[in-house]
Amino acid sequence: MRQKSGVTKKGIIKGWQLYMMCLPAILYFLLFAYKPMYGIMIAFKDYSMRQGIWGSEWAGLDNFQRLFNSYWFPIILKNTLTLSVLTLILGFPIPIILALLFNEISNGKMRKTFQTISYAPHFISVVVLCGMVTLFLNPSTGVINKMITLLGGESINFLQEAQLFKWVYVLSGVWQEMGWGSIIYFATLSGVDKALIEAADIDGASRLQKIRYIHFPVLIPTILVLLILNCGSLLSVGYEKVYLLQNATNLSASEVISTYVYKTGLEKADFSFGAAADLFNSVINTIILLGANTISKRATQTSLF
Amino acid sequence: MRTIEHRKHEKVNTGIGDKIFYVVMYLILFTLMIVVLYPLLFVLSASFSDPKAVAGGEMLLLPIDPSMEGYQYLLQYTEIWTGYGNTIFYTVIGTLFNLAATLPCAYAMSRQDLRGQKGLMIFFMITMYFSGGMIPGYLNVKSLGLLDTRAIVLINGLVSTFNMIVARTYFVTSIPKEIQEAAIIDGCNDFQIFARIVFPLSKAITVVMALYYGIGRWNSYFIEMIYLKDRSKFPLQLFLREILTKSSFAQTAMSDGASYSAEQMMALIKQADTANMLKYCVIVISTLPMLVIYPFLQKYFEKGVMIGSVKG
Repeated sequence: MRQKSGVTKKGIIKGWQLYMMCLPAILYFLLFAYKPMYGIMIAFKDYSMRQGIWGSEWAGLDNFQRLFNSYWFPIILKNTLTLSVLTLILGFPIPIILALLFNEISNGKMRKTFQTISYAPHFISVVVLCGMVTLFLNPSTGVINKMITLLGGESINFLQEAQLFKWVYVLSGVWQEMGWGSIIYFATLSGVDKALIEAADIDGASRLQKIRYIHFPVLIPTILVLLILNCGSLLSVGYEKVYLLQNATNLSASEVISTYVYKTGLEKADFSFGAAADLFNSVINTIILLGANTISKRATQTSLF
Repeated sequence: MRTIEHRKHEKVNTGIGDKIFYVVMYLILFTLMIVVLYPLLFVLSASFSDPKAVAGGEMLLLPIDPSMEGYQYLLQYTEIWTGYGNTIFYTVIGTLFNLAATLPCAYAMSRQDLRGQKGLMIFFMITMYFSGGMIPGYLNVKSLGLLDTRAIVLINGLVSTFNMIVARTYFVTSIPKEIQEAAIIDGCNDFQIFARIVFPLSKAITVVMALYYGIGRWNSYFIEMIYLKDRSKFPLQLFLREILTKSSFAQTAMSDGASYSAEQMMALIKQADTANMLKYCVIVISTLPMLVIYPFLQKYFEKGVMIGSVKG
């Protein structure tokens, strides 16, 4: 052992220095990632502050039963799925298309400008984004409703209409992230074999054919990996944003699992119940992630692990 | 040479189909750019405009009757500036903490001779997919006595495994092994190799990491909302949330259906318009720093995304 890895006395000291470099990160994760995992236990307990995590009474699956039987459970499950599936359907392909289009701009300066502009919304905070959404959609003073009335339509109170909530949420998200999301695909496109394009040119291939048969296939592995990753977070919608766009009137369409966890668990201090809802969320997430990973592995040999 | 030839072919083969393709493509791209830019320009203009013109829908792009009135109101709103100061503190100090914890760790993990590296990697990667969740996280912070302290804001998110892996990939692929080996022969220890040789060669990844962490810190609100009670410690985003999501008084009054005299109503509407102008102003002052800085750092974060994608 000693000889194999060549560990001399000096070598051990050296190794020790490398571990020291990792130490802050290790301590952080132990204290703020692994220790809370132990706290998940309270989902199966009737947690009380005084008795602490370990000392509280076991409650079996009571918290989960309460969750599954609660009035809100089917609603938050449906809303969570609706928002995330819609985000995936609309938000996933647009950055790919955008990257393919950017790639077709032959004027480098113009392409750079377009790209720079498209990244801008990514740097806006959720709070500001939601503030802008609220201002623009205001039924009497918002610019979007002004335009609708200008075109002869009726002003719409977007944020009070429950059935419109998902569109507000998803489209504002697409607006914010499409440019940023295109970076990774655009970078992948730089790996396209130039010789292949020259050959296609000689064969008289059109632009669209080149995109269809040369550029798009290059993106497929990246697309698959990102798709699996996205599937894994299917049940974790951007609750920070949902929480800000919520109001009493749209709650039936906007309450999602995470916001429900926050409200029941922290605002109403029903810790065990909140933790149970949270745990349910992560278990389903993990199952979907593993499922997507397995399907992709079987079908295309592309997988995360 | 190659690109010149390539261009030539492009010209030769431009048929009618390709012309249509280009027209449609630029149509789509220009529309998208307008969709992205318009809301941002609108906010900027509205912050300078006469609030009545904005509320009345007369202002479409350029400010009408420009003034600094909104910003003058804002100067009197001292809490905003407290928040601004706090956010700068959290962002600068917090990002330094992030870098100090992430970069050395990523370097150590990039070293093939680190024993137990695989195990450590699993230890780190698990945190990407599993967490205790919001409630156990909160109880943990509470039990550590860190609720309502500046410390928890700084500590939270100290290391992101994803960022660490990106930095590690950079160290593996961009820092020549030979230099490090030469340094060992010259008698450098690992601290010295990192501090004197690797780190000075890692400007690009340091900027990328600072950018990723910094943006996250500048824009974060949820964690602070959960953990902080004392308003003097609030970051800007929490005050923004109050200002931006509070519905204006006039609106509530109107929807209440309460009866007001015409004069009272006018006063309320004026107040609501001013409040809206204030909203546009706070959006500008909170977002402008980021939007001014990022175009200069574009090549860095594009590089960051690329390094990240190598590892999947």
